[in-house]
Amino acid sequence: MPLLSVRDLRVDFSTPDGVVEAVRGIDFNLDAACTLGIVGESGSGKSQTVLSLMGLLADNGRSSGSARFEGRELIGMPDGELRGIRGNRIAMIFQDPMTSLNPYLRIGVQMAQVLELHEGLGRREALRRCGELLEAVRIPDAGKRLDSWPHELSGGMRQRVTIATALLCKPSLLIADEPTTALDVTVQAQILALMRELRRDFQAAIIFITHDLGIVAGFCDDVLVMQDGECRERGSVESVYARPAHPYTRRLLSAVPRLDQDVRSRAQGRAALRPALEVDGLDVVYSLKRPGMFAPAPRLKAVSSGAFMIAPGETLGVVGESGCGKSSLARAVIGLVPASAGRITLLGRDLGEAGKSAWKDARRNMQMVFQDPLASLNPRMTARQIVAEPLGACRPDLSRGEREERVVRILNRVGLAGGQLDRYPHEFSGGQCQRIGIARALAPGPAVVICDEAVSALDVSIRAQIVDLLMELQDELGLALVFIAHDLAVVRQISHRVVVMYLGRAMEIAHSEHLYGRPMHPYTRALIEAAPIPDPEVERARKREPLQGEPPSPLNPPAGCAFSARCSFAIDRCRREMPELRAVSRSMVACHRAEEIAPSGA
Amino acid sequence: MRKTRRNRAAIRQAAGAGRGLWSDAWRALRRNRAAMTAAAILAVVAALCVFGPLLSPVAFDYLDWDHVSVPPSLETWHLFGTDDLGRDLFVRTLAGGRISLMVGLVATAVSLLIGISYGALAGYVGGRTDQVMMRIVDILYAMPFMFLVILLMVLFGRNIALIFVAIGAINWLDMARIVRGQTLSIKRREFVEAAQTAGVSTPRIIRRHIVPNLFGVVVVYVTLTIPQVILVESFLSFLGLGVQEPMTSWGALVNEGAKALENAPWTLVFPAGFLAATLFCCNFIGDGLRDALDPRDRSA
Amino acid sequence: MFRYALKRVLAAIPTLLILIALAFFMIRAAPGGPFDTEKTLHPEIEAKIRAAYHLDEPLYQQFGRYLWGLAQGDFGPSFQYIDRSVTELIREGFPVSLQLGACAMLVALLVGVAAGGWAALRQNRFSDHAVMAVSMTGISIPNFVVGPLLILVFAVHLDLLPAGGWPTEGFFQRLPNMVMPVIALALPQIAYIARLTRGSMIEVLRSNFIRMARAQGLSQPAILLRHALKPGLLPVLSYLGPATAAVITGSVVIEQIFGVPGLGRHFVQGALNRDYTLVMGVVVFYGVLIILFNFLVDICYGLLDPRARQQN
Repeated sequence: MPLLSVRDLRVDFSTPDGVVEAVRGIDFNLDAACTLGIVGESGSGKSQTVLSLMGLLADNGRSSGSARFEGRELIGMPDGELRGIRGNRIAMIFQDPMTSLNPYLRIGVQMAQVLELHEGLGRREALRRCGELLEAVRIPDAGKRLDSWPHELSGGMRQRVTIATALLCKPSLLIADEPTTALDVTVQAQILALMRELRRDFQAAIIFITHDLGIVAGFCDDVLVMQDGECRERGSVESVYARPAHPYTRRLLSAVPRLDQDVRSRAQGRAALRPALEVDGLDVVYSLKRPGMFAPAPRLKAVSSGAFMIAPGETLGVVGESGCGKSSLARAVIGLVPASAGRITLLGRDLGEAGKSAWKDARRNMQMVFQDPLASLNPRMTARQIVAEPLGACRPDLSRGEREERVVRILNRVGLAGGQLDRYPHEFSGGQCQRIGIARALAPGPAVVICDEAVSALDVSIRAQIVDLLMELQDELGLALVFIAHDLAVVRQISHRVVVMYLGRAMEIAHSEHLYGRPMHPYTRALIEAAPIPDPEVERARKREPLQGEPPSPLNPPAGCAFSARCSFAIDRCRREMPELRAVSRSMVACHRAEEIAPSGA
Repeated sequence: MRKTRRNRAAIRQAAGAGRGLWSDAWRALRRNRAAMTAAAILAVVAALCVFGPLLSPVAFDYLDWDHVSVPPSLETWHLFGTDDLGRDLFVRTLAGGRISLMVGLVATAVSLLIGISYGALAGYVGGRTDQVMMRIVDILYAMPFMFLVILLMVLFGRNIALIFVAIGAINWLDMARIVRGQTLSIKRREFVEAAQTAGVSTPRIIRRHIVPNLFGVVVVYVTLTIPQVILVESFLSFLGLGVQEPMTSWGALVNEGAKALENAPWTLVFPAGFLAATLFCCNFIGDGLRDALDPRDRSA
Repeated sequence: MFRYALKRVLAAIPTLLILIALAFFMIRAAPGGPFDTEKTLHPEIEAKIRAAYHLDEPLYQQFGRYLWGLAQGDFGPSFQYIDRSVTELIREGFPVSLQLGACAMLVALLVGVAAGGWAALRQNRFSDHAVMAVSMTGISIPNFVVGPLLILVFAVHLDLLPAGGWPTEGFFQRLPNMVMPVIALALPQIAYIARLTRGSMIEVLRSNFIRMARAQGLSQPAILLRHALKPGLLPVLSYLGPATAAVITGSVVIEQIFGVPGLGRHFVQGALNRDYTLVMGVVVFYGVLIILFNFLVDICYGLLDPRARQQN
C-alpha cells in the first residue's frame, strides 16, 4: 500500500468574481521513502494541491476528493485530528526562509514547540533534540544557534533551520514547496545535497514542488507535471524526461536551456572597428547609514575595477550570485548610481570627460530593461504613453506624428497590437509587461541595451519567448546587449562572452563556449557544477561536491582573493594577495593557480 | 448624464481601450455601499450648511424673545427649537456647520500644503537633508500640540485665522511623514529609474511619475484629516476658545447644549448629531477610498 | 539595550527643551503682559511686582530661572491665586486626573484589544462588521459629545448614575461617579485600538510564519498566543504614546463636563482667567508627561522587538 494515495483531488476558491477551480482532479501515489516532484508554472495549482493535503487552504478554499495517508483519509478530516498529523507525520517546508520563521521568537523556542506539542517533551529535552537536529543540518555552532534570533541568520541558514524543524518528529512525509527558489545557486546545491542525505538517513518520502525541471531531474524518483490545475503527465523521472508524452511537457522541456549542451551556438558578433561600449576600472562605492551619531559611515564597495568591452551585435553575459555587484555595475554604467572611479566610453565618447551633454546623448544610445516587469511600468500610464516617453525626451528632433508612428511600430514589433496599446500595465501579463519594457528601451534607437535580470521573474516558457525576442531584435538592429542574470543556462543561451562576478570583482571573462566548456576559475566551476540540468541521466552521473559556505559580506571583504574563504584550492598566497585578471589559455582569469588547477583536455 | 457616461465607457471598452487604476478605484468605491451612502449624506449636510442660512427667513443671531428655549416644533417654525436667547437652533446649527466645515477644509489645505512640500522635498532630495528634516518632524511629533494650541488661543485671543493656522500646523506632521515615505518608495520603483535612464527631465519625472502615484495616498489622507480638524476646532470651541459669539460652530453649540442639558436637551442633540454625522461620513468615505485605492485589501 | 535606552533619552531631551522654550517665549510674546488687567497700576507698584516676579530681568535669564525652577519641580507662582504656587495646584489636581486617565487607558486597552482581536479572527463575518461599525462610531463621536449624552441618558432620564462630582472619601465610593467620565474618555481610544489591533492582527495572521506554525500542527489558540499576539500588538504598543496624549487632552473637557476637580479643570479655568503661569505650568507638566511616556513606550518596544534594538 502506498504511503499516500491521492484520488480526484479538487480545490475550489470562492471569490467575489465566482468560483475559481485551482486544482481539478489530481491522482497520484507516493510510496514510502520515495520522492515525487511536482512541476508547473505559476498558477498551475501545485502549491494548492499540497496545502489542501495539509488542510492549510485559505479560508475561502474548499477541497474534495480523497487523499489516504498511512491508511487515514486526510480530506475532510476534522482539524483537531489533522493537527496531530501536521508537523508530526507530515512536515512542510516553505519557499521563503526569510519570512517563515517568527522574528520575535528565538530559534530554539520555535523548534522546541514542535516536540513539546507532538511528543510531549519538556523544554530541556526538546532543546537538546533540537540542537542535535541543527547539527544534522550542518549549522555551525548548533548549540549556540538555539539562542539566536532569526534575523541573525542568513537565508541559507534559515532554510536549514526550517528543514531541521520539519524533521524533528521524524515524519514519514516531507512536503517541500519551492524550498530553494529564494536561494543562490551554490546555496541551493548545498541545501539539495543536505536533503539527499537526510532523505537517506530519515527514510522520509518527499513531495518536492518546484518550477525548476533541473532540480526534479536530479532529486526526484517520480514527476507530476501540472498546468491549469490539471495533471498533464505523471511517471518516473527517467521516462518522462526521455519520452515526454504530453505536448505541454515537451514544450516545457524544450523551453529550458541546458547548461551541458549548446542548444544553438550563437554566431560571433560582427567584427566592428570600435566597441559600442567600453568600461574600465569602474568602482561603485555606497556609503551606508552611520551606526552612531559620531561614527563614520561604513562604505560598501559593490564593484571594484569593473572592466569590459562590448561590440555592436554582441551579447555580454554577466553572472554571479546575489550581492556580487552585477546590478551595481549595470546601474553605474547607465548612470543610475554614481561611479566613484573609472571610465565609461560609449560609441567612442568618454562620458566622464564630456560632462552632462554627453550623458544626455548617452541616454539615447544606452537603455535598460528591468527585472520586475510590472513594477518597471508606471501604473498610471498606457503602454503607448510608456513607450512614447523616452522618445519625447531623447528625440526632440522627431515630429509628433513620426513619434507616434514609431511607437506603434515598435510595439507591434514586440508583439502588441491594436487596442492593447491603450491598456494600462495591470491589464497585461508578466510576459507582455516585459515586452512593453523592451519596446520602451528600444524606442530611442539605442546602440547598447542593458538587461538587468530581465527574464528572471518570468515563467520558463515565457522566459524562452522573451529571450528569443531579444536575440531576434539584436540581430535586426545590431544591438550590443549586456545581459545580467543569475541563471547560468540562460546566460549561456544568449551570450557571446560572459563575465563571472564574485563580491564586486570579475573572476573570469571568456567566450561563452570556453567559459562553459573549460571553466578556468574555481568559482566558475563551482557555479556550473551547482546548476541543475534537466536530464535525469546527466544529473545522476554528476559528482556532487557543493561549494561550502556563503559569500562573505562586502562590508568586510577578505584580504586576498575574494573567493579564498570558500575555495578548496586556496593556498596562503590566495589569502594574502589579490589576484589580477590575466590571460590564461583563452580566458581572462583572476586566480593565482589557474594553470595548475585548470581542467585537463579541451 | 449617467447614461452618457456609461455609454462612453462602453465605447472605450469596445474599442479595446484600457481602464486606468483611477477608474478601477472609482468602480470599487461605487460598489462600497457604506461609503456611497456616507458621501450622499455628507453632500446633503454640506448643501444645507452652505445654502440653508441664505434661504432661512431668520438670521442665525436673531433673538426671538417670544420663543425662548422652546422645543422643536413645526408650529413656531423653529424646527430644532431655540436656545436660551431665543435664537433659532436650526439656522444656528447650519451656520455653525459652515464654520466647522470651512475650518475643516481650510486647515486641511494648510496642512496639505506644508506637509506635501516638506515631505516631498525630504523624500526626493533624500540623504542628509532628509535625515535632518525628519529628525525635526520626530521632535515635533512628540510635542503635546493640543496644549500649545490652547496656550496660543489663550494668549493671542480667539481669532479664526489663528485657528486655521494652528490646526493646520499640527496636522502637517502626519502628512509630511506619509508623503515622504511614499515619495521615497516611488523614487525607488523601477519605473522611475526607467524614466531616468530614458533621459526624462526631473520636473517631468516628478509630474508624470511621482505625483500621480502619490495622489491616492494624499486623497485618502485628506478625507481622514478633515474630520480630525473639525474635531479639533469643535474641541477648542467647546472649551470656549474657538470662534467668538455671536458666530458659532458645532463645538460651541455642543458646549451651550451641554450646559442647558436638563432643561433643553434639543440644544445638545441637534448640533451634536450634525457634528457626529459629518465626522462619521468623512471617516467612512476615507475608509472606502483607502480600500478602493489599495488593491491589496480589495480581495479581503 | 543600554545604548538603545541612552539614545532614546538623548532623543527626548531636545523635544523637552523645545517644548518648554516654545511655551515660555510664546507667553512672553503675547500681546499684553500677565498684569495688564482692567485697572492700571501705579508705575511704582507695577515695577515692584515686575521685580518680584523677575520680569525685569533679560529674557534669557528669566528662561534660565524658569528651567532651573522646573528642574527642582517648581513651576513658579500662580498669577491668579496669589497665595498658591502652580506646583501646589498640580499636586492637588493631578492625582484626580491620573485616576481617571489610568482607568480610561486600562479600559481602552482591554476592550480595544479584545474587540479588535476578535474582529480579526472573524474577518468579514458579521461580528467583524459589527465591531468595526461600532468603533467607527467611537471614532466619529467626540468625547465632549459622548459625555453630555451619557449624562442625558443615565443621569437625567434613567437616574442610574450621578451626573458628576468627585466624593473625596475613597476610591470605591467614587466608582459610580467615575463610570461615565471613564467611558467617555475611553470610548474613542477603544475604537482606535480596536481598529489598530484588527488591522495588524489580520496582517500578522497572513504572514508566512503563521502558516508555518499551522503546518507544524499548532492549535489556533497556541498560534494566537505564542506567535501572533506579540507582533500583532506591537503597533498598539506604539500607539500608547499618542493615546496617552489623547486621553490627557480629553480629560480636560471631560473633567469640565463632569465637574471633576482634576488638573484639566484647573487648566481650563486658568485659560479662561488668563492665568499664564498656571496654563504654562500645566502645558509643560503634561508635555513632560507625554514625552516621558513616549520614552517608556520606546523602551518597551525595544525590549519586545529584537530587530528594533539592533537597528537603532
